[in-house]
Amino acid sequence: MAQTVIDTANHIAAYAAKAARVQVIAAYPITPQTSIVERIAELVESGEFDAEYIRVESEHSAMAACIGAAAAGARTFTATAAHGLVLMHEPMHWASGSRLPIVMPVANRALGPGWNIWADSTDSMSQRDTGWIQFYCADNQEVFDTIIQAYKLCENERILLPAMVCLEAFILTHTYMPVKIPDQEKIDDFLPHYKPNWILDVSNPLSHGNILSPEWYMEFRYMMQESMENAKQLIPEIDKEYSKHFGFEHGGLVDKYKCDDADLILLTVGTIGSEAKVAVDNLRREGLKIGSARIRVFRPFPKEEIRKLAENAQMFAVIDRGISFGMEGFIAEETKASLCSQNDRPLIAGFIAGLGGRDVTFKTIEKIAKKSAEWMQRGRIEKETVWVDLKE
Amino acid sequence: MTVIQEFEKHPLAKYLRAERFPHIWCEGCGDGIILHCFVKALDDLAVDIDKFVVVSGIGCIGRAAGYVKCDSFHTTHGRPIALATGIKLANPKLTVAVLSGDGDLFAIGGNHFIHAARRNVDLTVICSNNFNYGMTGGQSGPTTPLDSYTTTTPYGNIEHPFNLVHLAAAAGSVYVARWTVLHVRRLAESIKKALRKKGFKFIEVISPCPEIYGRRNKLGKAIDIMKLYRQISEIRHGYDPAKAEITREKIVVGEFIDIEKPTYGELLQKQFIKIQQKLSEG
Repeated sequence: MAQTVIDTANHIAAYAAKAARVQVIAAYPITPQTSIVERIAELVESGEFDAEYIRVESEHSAMAACIGAAAAGARTFTATAAHGLVLMHEPMHWASGSRLPIVMPVANRALGPGWNIWADSTDSMSQRDTGWIQFYCADNQEVFDTIIQAYKLCENERILLPAMVCLEAFILTHTYMPVKIPDQEKIDDFLPHYKPNWILDVSNPLSHGNILSPEWYMEFRYMMQESMENAKQLIPEIDKEYSKHFGFEHGGLVDKYKCDDADLILLTVGTIGSEAKVAVDNLRREGLKIGSARIRVFRPFPKEEIRKLAENAQMFAVIDRGISFGMEGFIAEETKASLCSQNDRPLIAGFIAGLGGRDVTFKTIEKIAKKSAEWMQRGRIEKETVWVDLKE
Repeated sequence: MTVIQEFEKHPLAKYLRAERFPHIWCEGCGDGIILHCFVKALDDLAVDIDKFVVVSGIGCIGRAAGYVKCDSFHTTHGRPIALATGIKLANPKLTVAVLSGDGDLFAIGGNHFIHAARRNVDLTVICSNNFNYGMTGGQSGPTTPLDSYTTTTPYGNIEHPFNLVHLAAAAGSVYVARWTVLHVRRLAESIKKALRKKGFKFIEVISPCPEIYGRRNKLGKAIDIMKLYRQISEIRHGYDPAKAEITREKIVVGEFIDIEKPTYGELLQKQFIKIQQKLSEG
């Protein structure tokens, strides 16, 4: 029997690692991720979770240890946030370049200075070019399901890339919600034992990280790009297959809500997407034809889905809890880039909201939507990027 | 009387930022005592606070950089010594002190520690050692004793801890001392001595963490931990730091190393003059 537990998303992430039968965990504490690896440490030490837990001395070492473990053929896991993630930047390139299917929850937290431990997606989104697949979750159930799905995806021989599963600081990490944890045998059926295509093996020695000359470097990078393209096809398939097994489906690449007849579409990420559904319902009652599309996967970016959504919509209002300084919000940028080759494009306005953990409630989103609807009726936007509720 | 007015009556208040108080440290934490000894040393030495910089990293004691009323930098995890080295070399007239914890200085930042000690950069490094990562809730770290309990070693730690004074001495520190927060007067004197001396100076301060490490290891209340310090600490100046391992039965404290050696800044200056002379000679 599937079991329903009420727990924080961090503990749920730990249970997902256990359910995925992860073999090696290497981690370093950092708020607000710490309780993921603390719970794992408890489970491993008590013998409930058959894995090796390495208490490393920094996140840089955590990722290096994961690379070693994955290269030796183990299903590998770590978790981090903010400064820990950006300290990992160098070995993250090595994890993807070595084609190792490591899965890592990232508790999205603001980067300093000034010190701030609250929600902000600039930490993970600024890692977009590391070759990692990036998932963003909207509730605790999705955190569990996505970790299982991520292993299924990453270990597929058409992918062989690492993935991060992002959950916003405190809004998810420390918030209790009921989550259904399926039977272990059923999870084992869905996600069989990891069988790597190559491993470090004394009887069949191979060498990682050798010189790759200009003659072949591009070809290896092209293969990574191909895998990212493959992921766009596999992610929705795996999500569907998961739902057949366990009942939950999270929208594949983009979680769409009332988008079919919508003139105005809110493009969001993470928990802002859950709040956006409330705003959509409220505004629909007022007669606005509005929908919400929550970007579930940021890398590979679902540009084909964005183009499909753009076919019938008059306007996109993009809400980013992060900023690429000198340009605009990450999702706004990618949305525009996805549409520039299209002839018929909706209006696009970017909204920067909730940086450093400021609340983005359905009320904030309704305000954004009303401003956007006004611009949509006029047929032009007044501002390319709006900083919502900025104290000036 | 407002809280700030009350605060400013304290004789050492001029070294602290009243608006930052109350501090974040738990009841019974040793970090307040360390900060007190530190500012008392500044006061006793009549340090020119305009030429004094405090750098800290991440961890409970890291907040100290925000509490002292001088130029200060609360930097990223593990990097205070690297950052302090930059400050000292950019402006050698400044006196630079690092206040940080065992996790920050010896795990994620361990490399910076040994290399600054090796180069003999003119810095005073004070480490609050509470045997775990207190700020994130008590995980095991580089000084966690064998067999002790933390959130990541719920059945006891199996990793050997660093003997920090031995590490500091082996890496080349010119001054190495260890105290507990019970040794208030000696600690303040030790900080004064370190601040007056040139080169890489290291003071380890054993500090109670009654709320987290203490609770998990059943060490009792803060007062019990202080009593334990009185019971098991033994002052032995000049003792071989290699033999000064901390055990459940004994904490050897005192000044272990006090030597003279040219600092990195002095050698840099000398090299600069040498090259200038060579160039002018053609």
